[in-house]
Amino acid sequence: MICVVCPVGCHLRVSADGDVYMVEGNQCGRGKVYAINELTNPLRTVTSTVKINGSPMTRLPVKTKQAFPKGRMLELMSVLGKVELKPPVKRGQAVLKNVLDTGIDVVATKTCLDNRV
Amino acid sequence: MYDITIIGGGVTGCFIARQLCRYDLEVVLIEKNYDVANETTKANSGIIHSGYDARPGTLKAKLNTLGNPMFDEICSELGVPLKRIGSLTIAKTNKEMGTLKKLYERGCTNGIPQLSLIDADVVRRIEPNIHHQVKGALLAETAGIVDPFCLTIALAENASDNGTEVKLETRIVGIDREKDGYLLTTDGGSIRSRYVISCAGVYAEEINDLLTPSHFKIAPRKGDYVVFDKKTGGLVNHVIFQCPSEKGKGVLVTPTVHGNLLVGPDSEVVKCKDDVSTTRSGLDEILATSAKSVEGIPVGMAITNFSGLRATPDTGDFIIEELKGHKGFINVAGIESPGLTASPAIADYVIEILKSSGLDLKTKADFNPIREPIAEFIELSDEEKSTLIKANPLYGRVICRCENITEGEIVDSIRRNVGARSVDGVKRRVRAGMGRCQGGFCAPRIIEILARELQKNACQILKDEKDSYILSGGI
Amino acid sequence: MTTYKKACYDLVVIGGGPAGLAAAIEAKKNGIHHILLLERDRELGGILQQCIHNGFGIHVFKKELTGPEYAENFIDELRDLGIEYKLDTMVLGVHENKTVEAVNPQEGLLSIQAKAVVLAMGCRERTRGALNIPGSRPAGIFTAGTAQRLVNIEGYMVGKKAVILGSGDIGLIMARRMTLEGAKVEAVVEMMPYPGGLNRNIVQCLDDFDIPLLLSHTVVNVYGRNRLEGVDIMKVDKDRQVIPGTQRRIECDTMLLSVGLIPENELSVDCGIKLDAVTQGPIVDNSMETSAEGVFACGNVVHVHDLVDFVTEESRRAGRSAVDYIQRKTTATGVKIKVVPGETVRYVVPQLVNLDGPDMDFEFFLRSRDVHDRASLVISLDGQKIKTIRKRYLVPGEMQHIKLKRKALPVCSGGSTLSISIV
Repeated sequence: MICVVCPVGCHLRVSADGDVYMVEGNQCGRGKVYAINELTNPLRTVTSTVKINGSPMTRLPVKTKQAFPKGRMLELMSVLGKVELKPPVKRGQAVLKNVLDTGIDVVATKTCLDNRV
Repeated sequence: MYDITIIGGGVTGCFIARQLCRYDLEVVLIEKNYDVANETTKANSGIIHSGYDARPGTLKAKLNTLGNPMFDEICSELGVPLKRIGSLTIAKTNKEMGTLKKLYERGCTNGIPQLSLIDADVVRRIEPNIHHQVKGALLAETAGIVDPFCLTIALAENASDNGTEVKLETRIVGIDREKDGYLLTTDGGSIRSRYVISCAGVYAEEINDLLTPSHFKIAPRKGDYVVFDKKTGGLVNHVIFQCPSEKGKGVLVTPTVHGNLLVGPDSEVVKCKDDVSTTRSGLDEILATSAKSVEGIPVGMAITNFSGLRATPDTGDFIIEELKGHKGFINVAGIESPGLTASPAIADYVIEILKSSGLDLKTKADFNPIREPIAEFIELSDEEKSTLIKANPLYGRVICRCENITEGEIVDSIRRNVGARSVDGVKRRVRAGMGRCQGGFCAPRIIEILARELQKNACQILKDEKDSYILSGGI
Repeated sequence: MTTYKKACYDLVVIGGGPAGLAAAIEAKKNGIHHILLLERDRELGGILQQCIHNGFGIHVFKKELTGPEYAENFIDELRDLGIEYKLDTMVLGVHENKTVEAVNPQEGLLSIQAKAVVLAMGCRERTRGALNIPGSRPAGIFTAGTAQRLVNIEGYMVGKKAVILGSGDIGLIMARRMTLEGAKVEAVVEMMPYPGGLNRNIVQCLDDFDIPLLLSHTVVNVYGRNRLEGVDIMKVDKDRQVIPGTQRRIECDTMLLSVGLIPENELSVDCGIKLDAVTQGPIVDNSMETSAEGVFACGNVVHVHDLVDFVTEESRRAGRSAVDYIQRKTTATGVKIKVVPGETVRYVVPQLVNLDGPDMDFEFFLRSRDVHDRASLVISLDGQKIKTIRKRYLVPGEMQHIKLKRKALPVCSGGSTLSISIV
């Protein structure tokens, strides 16, 4: 499998012996975690935008602070579709906490102060 | 009750409207599309032909010869760029040299000035990139280039400024004879008019049929074109025609008035009157054929391709006449090449028909022949630029990066009579989005400006015609 | 003579995207204070602002950021350092004497004399016209980046059923974005037998959503009078010629084009700067100086990068070199040797190495022409092998970044040539 953690895109080989997984081809520790997750509970960082009113910007970009269950991405999108914010919003500020009871926050990825794009 | 209804907002209809707006008449111009100049007129070579080519004695020959010299005054009144760059018709064989000689003689018969046969050395001196096999050429110095939609939009705008009503998105569905004129039924109400002038392009036959079965047929004949980046406009200095043969007229290679290079058209008789899609075979053919007249056609520098339909009549000549038995109904049909060149003369010819049909023409005291062109910011001197920005800061904001078109120019194009209402409408008026990125950077900004100026939602802004929505909704 | 508002700066940086920001910041940190950065858009950050996905910053920040986050790091630093910048300002010309002419609505025409200039205008997308795809000309055909701006910045959807032509990264990212926003992406169509974008994007943008990737296919016709109604696709052979009998129609209301990026060098050409025919960017030496003395270039205006981190590194070098130039640490007349692409290498940047330049190690960016499984990059001087670097995978879609210690370069003179090949 190809690691998607970073743009390097390592080619990983995973072998399983019961619950013990062996990962080869990874250039860093995160690759190993990714490979095992991919077989047990695949996760992805989800990025999108939410509505922001009262600013020259109309959309504020956001992301899940941690990788999020891959199978629930569309559920997350419909929650994000209902969010409306007002400035000021600081980058890193949680826009949604513990979204869909995953324990994961959705955070702003851009600062939006009043009257400034 | 209108005095005159003009059906069709192409170059012919708009020229007639503009020439009639100097008289004290109630004139309405009906156009079914979202904008004027949006069919045959917009997909055209933009050549003002010298007139050596048309068969002597035809209306084509007569009106081409008359039309060509009329452009200088008209273009200067309307602020439309015209470049008299001359044309070269090239010959590569002795047989073709013979054809050129016949064309030269025909030109003399047609009364064309500044026509000469030149030898290979002269051709190469004035056109360094001409094909190496070229043996000689027919130089026609009076040939020129214009921007056909810029011209037509300016004509419609000037007519509108002088009181002509322009009804867009209005389709004629019925024509009935009444006692003192005609009743025109449209998809948006009916119109009564003493005179009707049909300038309906490829649909001239269908319009005539609404009143009475047509005595002519119009076959749409499609031609594909390729436009190249402005960096390539200097490849040729003249309009380069190939020597006509039994196989056809070949394709032309020309700079455009804005400095691009244009290659085309091929010729394909098609059935459908609204299919203006290009074809692989058509594009390949014009690129291959053009390489026979000019060396180094920069195939990789193409920025867009397009196709247009010529309104080819089965009579072989323009059909400009009052319909027999239908006083006051005038057909202006079969206006294929050299229709653009002939168009001012066609307008005058139609006015003569109206006069002989009993229309009384009184000149309007307040007719204003001048249409102020939209400022071309990047072409101005530094001082002019500064003055313009001081008066209106929107001229200091460049929206189209490729052509350096400012927000001031775009807003001006929208606020005028017969102004831009669509992204392509803006493009045809001020060239924003016509450059090498083809609107990649500026289209979002132009949508925003159109929405603001027209007080619409961005999702309602169209690319060009009805239903050509760009955005499918908010996210 | 009040036409122009005149000003003088040590350094003028053209473009406020990642390249321009990094160059300006680096110049300031290296002791040049009178810097002006010019940006034509309404905000700084360039194309990063619409790249809301993550994957930026692995090398530079050692963590994974989204485009806006990566940009904000630099914008904050620029502001903290007090570097002057102008938004909504279009540069109309750069002259060889390093005068920059620009315009904006507030100040009108500006004429700025600089001691050095950094070109960081980025790139633009190839269009349908450049591919000469026949058919009608309906609404609904967008370059992927334009669609990305409309969706991510303006907040509008561009269609409901899409085909994406080209498998460049922006196209792949937009396939996922459109899908998450409720559109159906019917296919990504790629003419080459391998994808144009990063492997990880194939996995997380296409495979995750079961979007088919049709390699060795192309779009041959476009249908729809007003709005796009469909496209015809065909298979192509190894010479990229269509195979008769393979034509099929895909109904869609949207086509996104991700068919390549072109460095935007109109200003460079007007300034008389020499371009590389392959990269379509200025020919630069290892200090990122162009053929015009004191005019430097960095980022996508030089060659199209796949990773912004490399843009940042390259731009920092341009910023430092501009400082050296302004402070006259470098001689304009250094001996330069050529760097050329060898076997199956498409291009190498920089194209020149200045032997008398500042004492830094050499870095080269290059792209492979073909796909290689287990190959070596070989650096040679006048045919003499001087360094070999093993690579497990080499694909045209992934730019290679290699370093060469200055002391590893044998003594040579102006007539020498450095070449990099894949064997």
